[in-house]
Amino acid sequence: MKVKKRLFPILLLLLLTVLTLASCGEKAPKMTINVYNWGEYISDGSYGELDTNKAFEEYFNTKIQSDGKTLAEKYGFEIEVSYSTYATNEDMYSKLTSGAGSYDVVVPSDYMIEQMIDAEMLLPLDFGIIKNYSYISEDFKGESVYYDPENLYSVPYTYGMTGIIYNTALVDEEDIDGSWSLLWNEKYKGKILQFNNPRDAFGSAMYLLGINVNSTSDADWQTALAKLSEQKPLVQAYVNDEIFNKMTTASAAIAPYFAGDFVTMAEQNEDLAFYYPKEGVNYFVDAFCIPKSSKHPDVACEYINFMLSEEPAVANAKYVGYASPNELVKNNADYIDYMGEDAMAILYDTPPSVVNESYDKSFGTACYRSLEVLGIQDKVNTLWESLKTENATELWIHVTCIVIVGGVLALGIYTVYIKKKRSRHYRLRDREQKSLKK
Amino acid sequence: MKHLSRAYLILIFGILYIPILTLILFSFNSSNSTASFTGFSLEWYAELFASAETFIALRNSLILAVLSALISTVIGTAAAEGIYKMRSKFMKSAVNSVTNIPMMNPDIVTGMSMMLFFVAVAAIIGLEYESIGFTAMLISHTTFCLPYVILSVLPRINELGDSLSEAALDLGCTPIQAFFKVKLPNIMPGVLSGMIMAFTMSLDDFVISYFVGSSNFQTLPLLIYSMTKKKVTPDMYALSTLIIVTVFVLLVLSNIKSGKKLDAKKKGGK
Repeated sequence: MKVKKRLFPILLLLLLTVLTLASCGEKAPKMTINVYNWGEYISDGSYGELDTNKAFEEYFNTKIQSDGKTLAEKYGFEIEVSYSTYATNEDMYSKLTSGAGSYDVVVPSDYMIEQMIDAEMLLPLDFGIIKNYSYISEDFKGESVYYDPENLYSVPYTYGMTGIIYNTALVDEEDIDGSWSLLWNEKYKGKILQFNNPRDAFGSAMYLLGINVNSTSDADWQTALAKLSEQKPLVQAYVNDEIFNKMTTASAAIAPYFAGDFVTMAEQNEDLAFYYPKEGVNYFVDAFCIPKSSKHPDVACEYINFMLSEEPAVANAKYVGYASPNELVKNNADYIDYMGEDAMAILYDTPPSVVNESYDKSFGTACYRSLEVLGIQDKVNTLWESLKTENATELWIHVTCIVIVGGVLALGIYTVYIKKKRSRHYRLRDREQKSLKK
Repeated sequence: MKHLSRAYLILIFGILYIPILTLILFSFNSSNSTASFTGFSLEWYAELFASAETFIALRNSLILAVLSALISTVIGTAAAEGIYKMRSKFMKSAVNSVTNIPMMNPDIVTGMSMMLFFVAVAAIIGLEYESIGFTAMLISHTTFCLPYVILSVLPRINELGDSLSEAALDLGCTPIQAFFKVKLPNIMPGVLSGMIMAFTMSLDDFVISYFVGSSNFQTLPLLIYSMTKKKVTPDMYALSTLIIVTVFVLLVLSNIKSGKKLDAKKKGGK
């Protein structure tokens, strides 16, 4: 018994020491940089590939640079990467603005970068450190980069385009007209999928109608809404990542989605095919940025610089599966071999709208700009809500809810009434008995 | 009637377990399709063990769950004893309902208020949010686990009553000795089930961690949620399968143990 009693405090002590040891650093001062990226958006050591975060730590702490010192010696501390992930741009934005935690590197999409520059949330990058920026394709530099025209705040990481995926076994060849209108083809009623987010869904209608997707005019958005409600009876479902299942199992025939994800789907179902609609498509770019709250912007720049070098960039591009703006990646034999000819052709294709117009023009009007910056975020959300709720089944849900709530209320009132009646009955009886006794 | 009740049973168990069985099945799928089973393979288990990101998140989740379960069990048991000892009936029910608030409150409200609080605290004491990040997470997890512990310990204490510990006091125990030597062993099943409950609540919490979590501490549910941008990979199915199997084994073990105890008691009674 006594041994047992002694054991407990010893165990507690052990736990405490382990915890303190774990929280304290070892000999050299160790700093942490916090990287906040999309989920599954960096090579993490699976599939036999490089764990790029770990590789950066090794590079920073041990690799001797041209000046004969390691970066750790230059900065005076060793570094550790703390990596966390988010699911949407908006999640990331709200986490940054909440003040719960600071980040050194984030990877927002184009429109979000525009919004964050607008809100003065980003730090200008130090291109003296990010020397590998020279590997970034010229297409992503200069004024054509509409979200960051001065190229001060962002270094592109991945990019891609939306297009239309269809199942060749279910869709007749003659219906393929290379246009967004395939999504409106009544022949495939109940076999068509649509984006479950307002920006992309409205985008498909606006491209088809030839409306500027960044229009701030009420009439334009109403026209697009009308087009979408026209499509609604044909739509099987408004989807996000469910699309992978629906398309690979052929439970749907036509869907708009990202080219990079089509490549993944095509691996599982050989019947799937893809094209970029001729009216124009959105071009998204996810880019490295450094938020103002960063503690070590210089180390963050080192991190970005490292991610642009060949080995980690290739590993990341293989893992993510989206197109890379990095010339080293695009020309890497191993990468080209891994992705395969077909995938490379689709990923690095230039969509028709870009061929027809000059590059910067397509960036300026054909790509989604921040609705927040345009000042129509709320309006678009309301329109989207009205599209999603104009439905007979919704009415049924409301009616059923009202019936259930009404039923429960009636039951409640009835029980209370019965109880009252009973208690009055008993009270009267008691009183009678009392008066009788008297 | 018999058939009907059997059908009902099958239906309920089907709804409960078929999704879990599907998940286990697909964790052994050789392709990453969630629609068709193309063949048996352990590929996803290998990927799981190779992925550094997943492991860090799992480690974080486990550390947090174990610590918050331990702390909330200690505090919760003490609180239950305290509530039991209260003389004023009004105070008793008041304290009872106050401790239940973290459980009744929608998680999102708790999460948001915790976040605001800790951000303010960090600003006031002049520390970075990161350096109190883990503590903040631990405190909030302990807070919302507490009511579950109290809820499972309090009935045990009520059931036990005062007589045993009074007897111990009469026989020369100090109050502390009486509590640890007599009361605690008797309420142990309640304490343990409270602890397990707290552990699981903390392990699968998403909403509160989402708000309170700092940039250097990501838990497993947060990681899995962030994967919805692309597609949840089957190595998550493999991980879930491992967790389910662990929980299952623990349950079976604890059932065997308590079953043995029951048997022993029966024999003793005879």
